Amino acid sequence: MIILVCISRVPDTATRVIVGQEGKTIDTQGVKYVMNPYDEFGLEEGLRLKEKNGGMVTAITVGPEASTDVLRTALAMGADKAVLIKSEGTHDSWFVGKNIAKYTKEINPDLILLGRQSVDYDSFQMPSLLGELLGMPSISVVSKLEITDGKVKAERDIEGGKEIVETTLPCLISCQKGINEPRYPKLPDIMKAKSKPIDMREPVMTEPMITVLDMSLPLKSRVGKILGDTEADVDELVRLLHEEAKII
Amino acid sequence: MNKILVFLEGKDSTLKRTSYETISAARDLAAKLNIPYTGVIINGSEEQIKSAGDYGLADVINARHALLEKYSSTAAAAVVHQAAKAENADILLFSSNAKGYELAPRVAAKSEAGYIADCVGLDIQDGSIIAKKPVYAGKAQIRVKANTNVRVFSLRPNVFTATKTENPATVNIKEFEPVLTGADAKVAVTSLIKNEGKLDVLEADIVVSGGRGIKGPENYNLIESLASLLGGAVGASRAVVDAGWRPQSEQVGQTGKTVSPTMYIACGISGAVQHLAGMSTSKTIVAINKDKDAPIFKVCDYGIVGDLFQILPMLTDKIGKV
Ligand SMILES: Cc1cc2nc3c(=O)[nH]c(=O)nc-3n(C[C@H](O)[C@H](O)[C@H](O)COP(=O)(O)OP(=O)(O)OC[C@H]3O[C@@H](n4cnc5c(N)ncnc54)[C@H](O)[C@@H]3O)c2cc1C
Ligand SMILES: Nc1ncnc2c1ncn2[C@@H]1O[C@H](COP(=O)(O)O)[C@@H](O)[C@H]1O
Repeated sequence: MIILVCISRVPDTATRVIVGQEGKTIDTQGVKYVMNPYDEFGLEEGLRLKEKNGGMVTAITVGPEASTDVLRTALAMGADKAVLIKSEGTHDSWFVGKNIAKYTKEINPDLILLGRQSVDYDSFQMPSLLGELLGMPSISVVSKLEITDGKVKAERDIEGGKEIVETTLPCLISCQKGINEPRYPKLPDIMKAKSKPIDMREPVMTEPMITVLDMSLPLKSRVGKILGDTEADVDELVRLLHEEAKII
Repeated sequence: MNKILVFLEGKDSTLKRTSYETISAARDLAAKLNIPYTGVIINGSEEQIKSAGDYGLADVINARHALLEKYSSTAAAAVVHQAAKAENADILLFSSNAKGYELAPRVAAKSEAGYIADCVGLDIQDGSIIAKKPVYAGKAQIRVKANTNVRVFSLRPNVFTATKTENPATVNIKEFEPVLTGADAKVAVTSLIKNEGKLDVLEADIVVSGGRGIKGPENYNLIESLASLLGGAVGASRAVVDAGWRPQSEQVGQTGKTVSPTMYIACGISGAVQHLAGMSTSKTIVAINKDKDAPIFKVCDYGIVGDLFQILPMLTDKIGKV
């Protein structure tokens, strides 16, 4: 089974976000970058399928040269090959999709695994976008996957339950928590991954489809009324919910 | 800009609430841009479609085809794309729910359109549509616009209010037979597993969530009593789900569900950024935590610094008397 795993490199989820000087992106000073947590599920799923069926797992990312760090993590976890499509600065999903689609045609994978969303721009679109560019079916937000004889059966989270979705290979699957428990790379494998080659590619350029006008920090605007724990405080909370917020 | 097309989803004899929200947002945009708006639905019933009239929607395209009997996201994308072309619609609106976020990017790719997911605001500025959308798990927000002729947006559920109009419309239903082949329906939903009898956090107006502060699954009745009194759903932090006290379907946060209810009550939840990612756009946030320095108090509207074992029964009792 030829498997392609798409990996996005994102700030660690615990990062404190500060808006950069030009007011459109975050200040990257001191930010620690990691493999997008959902992509760990994608990679783990790919590795398990390879262990079961044989084949090869390629990890690909579109991003700055520094993204070799997450690719090395992927190699340490067990990916056979790593590809970096170099792009400094910001890029939209269309650019990422077009570039991954171009590479995909070189290796003709049976399966492309992604994460549910990339936790930087939370664009929620790569599985469907890439699926459309490649003319392949896709299933998003999958928490259980079974593949037998080229037939794919996936459980997907929806409002109020789950749905079972079926398709055939080749296809794209975006992974959600619950699908597996990603492994931790072992120290010797981390060491070995350091000297493995990374296939570096130049991107094809595309016109930006969207323009970010500005970025701001919204949470700060919520100023709460903080009360104590006496009965009078609880009465006050109920009054506020009733009269001010008008919810109850 | 010519026309807005809204993707609609039916549920029993009505549309999903998120569809009424999207219709309301479309009505608002249409008025500001002085252009018409139309709905598109797959296998809609007359009753479902007619209900959109209360929200001002006067035209709905109802697509039917043998290949649409089982829901297929790829076939649905072809349907919406064809409907948009037939109507010359260049602004497409979806809900950012399970169907919407899978479907919208496919339709956008077919039209080579700029797509903005999970919008929490749509404004007009100098004749362009400017979308507001949370990024970095809600830690920041961007204002963003599409540069293309066709523009596609999906709207975060519960953020846009569904409002009925004073002059309900009589809905004109246009039956539509899309051109589909087997290749368009390579993926299909074959069955559904419903969380029986339980209101889902994604569909609830009020969510009451518990965190590690609840100490154990046996104490969840405190959360459940308040939730059921308020007609709300029960949620949980990841700490609670990972401990096996509650099912994954109740987890709110970055690796769980993103909710935006009218009121979110966080009980014994510290307010880690990954939790906030899933609930920070709730309209009113109430926090109960015994640690006055817990980060949840920085993002709440009302907070009680106290022991939840003492506060929750008292609060439930008092709300019951309102
Ligand atoms: C990649 C990643 C993804 C994540 N995704 C999610 C996610 O989707 N959702 C999520 O929730 N978390 C997520 N987390 C975990 C998150 O970082 C926190 O660990 C988690 O939210 C903590 O849960 P908690 O608030 O219940 O527990 P704690 O942080 O342990 O907080 C418990 C709180 O209860 C209070 N308390 C204790 N006893 C009482 C009492 N008697 N009365 C009142 N208050 C009391 C304490 O003061 C404390 O503030 C993620 C983490 C990572 C790294
Ligand atoms: N720059 C990128 N390089 C490689 N894969 C990506 C990139 N951005 C997104 N992806 C993949 O697409 C998934 C969904 O991301 P998104 O649609 O951007 O929210 C991610 O979990 C990754 O698997």
